[in-house]
Amino acid sequence: MKKLLNTLFVTLPDTYLALDGENIVVKQEEEILARYPLHNLEAVCTFGYAGVSPALMGACAARNVNLTFMTRTGRFLARVIGEDRGNVVLRKEQYRISDDEVRSARVARNMITGKLYNNKWILERATRDYALRIDTERIKKVTESLGETMKLLRDVEQLDVLRGLEGSAAVQYNSVFDDLILQQKESFYFYGRSRRPPLDKVNALLSFAYTLLANDMKSALESVGLDAYVGFLHRDRPGRASLALDMMEELRGVYADRFVLSLINKKVINDKGFYVKENLAVIMDDETRKKVLKAWQDRKQDKIMHPYLNEKIPWGLVPYTQALLLARYIRGDLDEYPPFLWK
Amino acid sequence: MKDYNEGDYLLLSGIQHFNFCRRQWALIHIEQQWEDNVRTIEGDHLHRKADQPALREKRGDKLVVRALPVQSRELGITGICDVVEFIRDPAGVPLAGEEGLYLPFPVEYKRGKPKRNDSDHSQLVAQVICLEEMLVCDIHKAYLYYDEIKHRVEVIITAADRERVRVNIQEMRHYFERNHTPKAKAGPHCQSCSLNNICVPDILNKRSVSSYIESRLNE
Repeated sequence: MKKLLNTLFVTLPDTYLALDGENIVVKQEEEILARYPLHNLEAVCTFGYAGVSPALMGACAARNVNLTFMTRTGRFLARVIGEDRGNVVLRKEQYRISDDEVRSARVARNMITGKLYNNKWILERATRDYALRIDTERIKKVTESLGETMKLLRDVEQLDVLRGLEGSAAVQYNSVFDDLILQQKESFYFYGRSRRPPLDKVNALLSFAYTLLANDMKSALESVGLDAYVGFLHRDRPGRASLALDMMEELRGVYADRFVLSLINKKVINDKGFYVKENLAVIMDDETRKKVLKAWQDRKQDKIMHPYLNEKIPWGLVPYTQALLLARYIRGDLDEYPPFLWK
Repeated sequence: MKDYNEGDYLLLSGIQHFNFCRRQWALIHIEQQWEDNVRTIEGDHLHRKADQPALREKRGDKLVVRALPVQSRELGITGICDVVEFIRDPAGVPLAGEEGLYLPFPVEYKRGKPKRNDSDHSQLVAQVICLEEMLVCDIHKAYLYYDEIKHRVEVIITAADRERVRVNIQEMRHYFERNHTPKAKAGPHCQSCSLNNICVPDILNKRSVSSYIESRLNE
């Protein structure tokens, strides 16, 4: 499998990135803060107003280094992409599937199966690991219902039906998500998902983790020649990376939610690292954002056994691997899209 | 003879990929996929030396030309010869802008050392076919220069070689026209292939996805 390289996160707002030979140079005013060889990097991700020289943009595009610009709060702004590594044949088949409701549903139902399966195991693991802390009965009801829904999914060929089943499963899972927060409960709680803006710290963390994951997913899809903006479950909407969102369904829980839970439960972050705006919007401070990014990078290096490939890979390569498997399915090498079924 | 549109010419360099692995060729030449590894970077570096079209050397009876673009209308292929040596020879052909008669001998630069399979060989044969057609001459030998041994190896071009290359190119065109990437035939050669991560040859040997999903759901 492909090798996982590093991601450079630039969180200092007043820095400028430039190219020097084969290196990225991080500058503040005229002072050079750091220097990294480009060939060690998989991605560069800047937060705030950091500028990047056109020469560096070109070098990143040429070497397939994913260069992304985010706002200070972690909302996606823009990305530099190089020449299309285009396989038009693959892409046209992706569009044909996307235009066909039944074929779309057949791919999307596997992604949703993945989501439910993984969420079910997150809950089952928690009841096993923390039997004394967690209301096992309450959670058991949810896992059973997720198991039932999963079996129904197998034959679904209508997107609306699929969305309905997915929606009710999400409500169930969210209803017990707060039970998985085992530390710092007075400051970290989850009543429901709020996005724009996040209204509590857990939602602020989840939103941030989803943005990071979406980014990794987008570049993974592009690197295997698929169009991240043409989806199967999520329909076309200009500017929305629908396929990346589809692909994220199975990874949200197992990748991002578990990551957020571990930040809280292992006290990597604490409630002081956030501030609340006048309208109750919750925002991370710079220090916390840095800690989260560091933990995100560390998590990517952890190895897991890929359930379908039976091969040990780092977590950070899961988006790429799933994108590759999807491309394989679309081109007809595989009988179905194999979701990432984690246990 | 079929007249191919120049825009649909196949790249001559592809014949080496094609003989190494049909799928590798299709991934590169049909799907435009590429990923560098140590070998390809070494190869690029080596070719940078040869790729100097403005450099032209004349020593006695020898004229050395670098990065010479060639094509064969008959086969519908195009490419670049790293080096072509023109040797003054009474049996040769006249060259534009040169006095006397010359015989061309292509020299292809390769990283590493001579290989067991004939993938390097086939590329040279294709160059010979192009040069013969463009210069209206016969070429009986050519050379492969290997960087690791710093030596050139003489290659005698036979009728059987030419025929094999013609058949190869027909087969390539067949895939190309259908935009079809053949499935992988995994083997030891996969270890040295820079496209291993893109191709993932063993995926096809895994069990079916539906049995994977079923077994997980029913555990």
